[in-house]
Amino acid sequence: MSARPSLFSRLPDKLGVLIAALVAVGTMLPLALLRANRIVPGEALPIWQALPAFQAGILIVALLICVIASIWLRVPGLRLGGAIGGVAILLVLMGQAGGYLTPAGNDLARVSPAAGFWLLLFALSLTVTDALAKMKLRPIWRILGVLLAGVGLLLLLGSGQWDDLSVLREYQVRSAAFWREAERHLLLAFGSLSAAVLIGVPLGVACFRVPRLKSAVLNLLNIVQTVPSIAVFGLLIAPLAWIAATIPGAARIGVSGIGAAPAMVALFAYSLLPVVSNTVIGLENVPGRIRDAAFGMGMTRRQAFMAVEVPLAFPVILTGIRIVLVQNIGLATIAGLIGGGGFGVFVFQGMGQTATDLILLGALPTVILATASAVLLDAVVEISESSATRTMRA
Amino acid sequence: MSMAILIRLAMLALLAVFLVQPEVFAPFFALFTTRGAPPIYVQSDLLSLALNHMAIVVTAVLGATVIAVGLAVLVTRPNWSEFLPLSRALANIGQTFPPIAVLALAVPAMGFGNGPTLVALFLYGLLPIFENTMTGLSNLPPTVQEAARGMGMSDRQRLWQVELPLAMPVILGGVRLSTVIAISTATIGSTVAARTLGEVIIAGLLSNNIAFILQGGLVVGAIAVLVHDGFVALERRMSRRAGQG
Amino acid sequence: MIELQSLTKIYDGVTVVDDVSLTINSGEIATIVGTSGSGKTTLLRMINRLVQPSSGRILIDGEETSSIPAYELRRRIGYAIQGHGLFPHRSVGRNIGTVPRLLGWKQARIAARVDELLDLFGLEPGEFRDRMPHELSGGQQQRVGVARALAAGPNILLMDEPFGALDPIIRAKAQDDLLAIQRRIGTTIVLVTHDMNEAISLGHNIAVMDQGRLLQFAPPADIIARPGTPFVEALIGSEDRPFRMLALQRVRDLIEKGPASGPAIDAWANARAAYAELLWSGREAAPVQEGGAPVGRITRAALQSQAEKPV
Repeated sequence: MSARPSLFSRLPDKLGVLIAALVAVGTMLPLALLRANRIVPGEALPIWQALPAFQAGILIVALLICVIASIWLRVPGLRLGGAIGGVAILLVLMGQAGGYLTPAGNDLARVSPAAGFWLLLFALSLTVTDALAKMKLRPIWRILGVLLAGVGLLLLLGSGQWDDLSVLREYQVRSAAFWREAERHLLLAFGSLSAAVLIGVPLGVACFRVPRLKSAVLNLLNIVQTVPSIAVFGLLIAPLAWIAATIPGAARIGVSGIGAAPAMVALFAYSLLPVVSNTVIGLENVPGRIRDAAFGMGMTRRQAFMAVEVPLAFPVILTGIRIVLVQNIGLATIAGLIGGGGFGVFVFQGMGQTATDLILLGALPTVILATASAVLLDAVVEISESSATRTMRA
Repeated sequence: MSMAILIRLAMLALLAVFLVQPEVFAPFFALFTTRGAPPIYVQSDLLSLALNHMAIVVTAVLGATVIAVGLAVLVTRPNWSEFLPLSRALANIGQTFPPIAVLALAVPAMGFGNGPTLVALFLYGLLPIFENTMTGLSNLPPTVQEAARGMGMSDRQRLWQVELPLAMPVILGGVRLSTVIAISTATIGSTVAARTLGEVIIAGLLSNNIAFILQGGLVVGAIAVLVHDGFVALERRMSRRAGQG
Repeated sequence: MIELQSLTKIYDGVTVVDDVSLTINSGEIATIVGTSGSGKTTLLRMINRLVQPSSGRILIDGEETSSIPAYELRRRIGYAIQGHGLFPHRSVGRNIGTVPRLLGWKQARIAARVDELLDLFGLEPGEFRDRMPHELSGGQQQRVGVARALAAGPNILLMDEPFGALDPIIRAKAQDDLLAIQRRIGTTIVLVTHDMNEAISLGHNIAVMDQGRLLQFAPPADIIARPGTPFVEALIGSEDRPFRMLALQRVRDLIEKGPASGPAIDAWANARAAYAELLWSGREAAPVQEGGAPVGRITRAALQSQAEKPV
């Protein structure tokens, strides 16, 4: 047995074999879908028909390298690099397929990624995820990674490589609306989150201090969570319309039965439970001996709260905020159904028109936003945890 | 009988009466209608909607349970442990996908009807069950495992007779989470023409009829609460039996 | 008979058990004593192949254990561990019946065996059979754990710190019960402990281990009188040596004729307890009784002679 770790493993990696199988199937499946217009069914084209021979060759060779790397390469960093390279090539070449397949001067024809593209993207993302999970990166590197991925995505979109693909065709038609709804979506998600934090944290502290309040509040919030979101959104229309009509000035500040107000209130209602319960749990989990030590040193109730309990409960509260943010980014989509705006507008329009590309235009940014916020906030939670435990040891 | 059980029985009775004879509640829901709009949704039979709703939920959650528990068992076996970090990470990421987005993305692949809803609920249901099964299987008391091995149980016997039964309360917790989310999320399925109770709510949204929204929301909420409480009672019974409660 | 021949276990280049050979006769109790990290538990776990030896052989009644499938071997050897390891989701009866069920016994035979064992361990079957483990006291759980290990009537019982989780009073009772049961059913027992007192009071032979090596394997009196290495000597403790020697003897073996006054001492009590009683009450001698009838007396002089280093 040699002592020096080798770059290559003697036995094929099981996960690598699975990924190789996925890539093999993905290569056989159609890469792109060509349709005469955005609604009609189209013609599915495999890699060698969707791309010029040279580019098709590059893609197949790149995929082959990724497969070999994932089966025999042992160093996670190298596998990660290989897979990221593979994803980049796949994304760029997908854009090229758009330009190659669209007949010149034809604005109606649509080229969209097909099953093969999605499967290849999935397989390569698996390699990336696996390598990242095995590398156990420090939080700060994970944050940087997300930012880099974001920059990469912006560069790809900004370079115009993808302009011939159907999702971006949908975007070009309604770019103004896209950014308006994006802003609205973020406003809904973050606005309701801020309100939930402002109200929920003090409410959580109160629940921690008064046990009877705690069971009442948590039970009520639990029930709110079980009512389906679209019903909560809908039910708020009536009372808000009533407020807008009867309370002077309410309408002027934007309260109305339809639109953003009920959506905001509904998201707020859903956000309260995780914030309140995590605040309570965080405070309850502060070790009794540490609390005793604080009082033993002569701290007042308030001093012990600010200097000891809040800092130690902070990571748990932050976890609650992470749950709420990810949940709200998803739920804000439903606002589209009641005129509240957000990316849901495109999703529901797309469903109404059976226009897949339009659905994607709404769903993809939502998924990307939610996932990126989760990764970012997880990293922040981890940083705050390590600083809280440092405090505890000190 | 305790107050809590009485309240739940009353809730169940009200729910049953409403599903079979919704007209009984017409005077109540009429309070929320304007300009003589119908107080009760009659375009479809509520009972059949509710049954179809629950059929979709149960099918999706059952499928998710079989696959998620199977996967979790697989990656906790020593031979397959190289899949462990990946499956953890996937479960974590998958949880961040908004259910509506999953539903919306399933439509292009499957068309309208019950199909996309079933798939979305199935996919979304996988993660809590997988995560909980992993937690349950990796937090077993080490002395019990050691004793099982020492008495000569094979790996398979240990899995079926010791590991899975001991992890069962935690696994059930995951199934409960998935079921409650699925009951609520299934309503959105009606935007893609699945026959669920969401139909009532959407009809209310389209015709500006608060009574419809309210009855749809209340029925789904009541089912979710009852199912949730049923699961909790079952979990408690199991863990109390094993002295973990 | 259990024969360990040159057993060695190496984990990642670290030798945990180093070339250990010893023979345990049938019907005897061997205790393995050592500090944590001495390799005593690993040695025990190699006997039922929970740990695969790196080299060396184990023979049970002349048969090499590596020729038997591990699960089959384990079903033939009882195994009881610290913290009992009872299955929390199964009743006491189902717990005890585990190995018989694995061996495919008939239901009626299992049920009869369960009741027999509950009786043997002083647990009323009708009352305890259907209880769940968490409804028992610590001492009862431990007894059920040992009963479960004996369920299929194994010739060998391995015990890893079986009394480690018990408080001192219950612990002494559990040790006495184990000795009584072992005398009745004659099982060969290998017991791992870090407690020298336990090793001395239970073992026919004591194996002292340190850093993976077997330092000495001998009867208690030999270990106390002639510790093989300074480590063994330190483990026994020079202050305690005479009293440990006394503790090995019974009063009934030291009885002499003659008068004595004051409360009587039981003939089955150990000599150390008798000596303590004489010192405390300021007597030179005390009457001895067996089964309530006077059988003679015990003197300080007789006891003191037993506490001297044997030649």
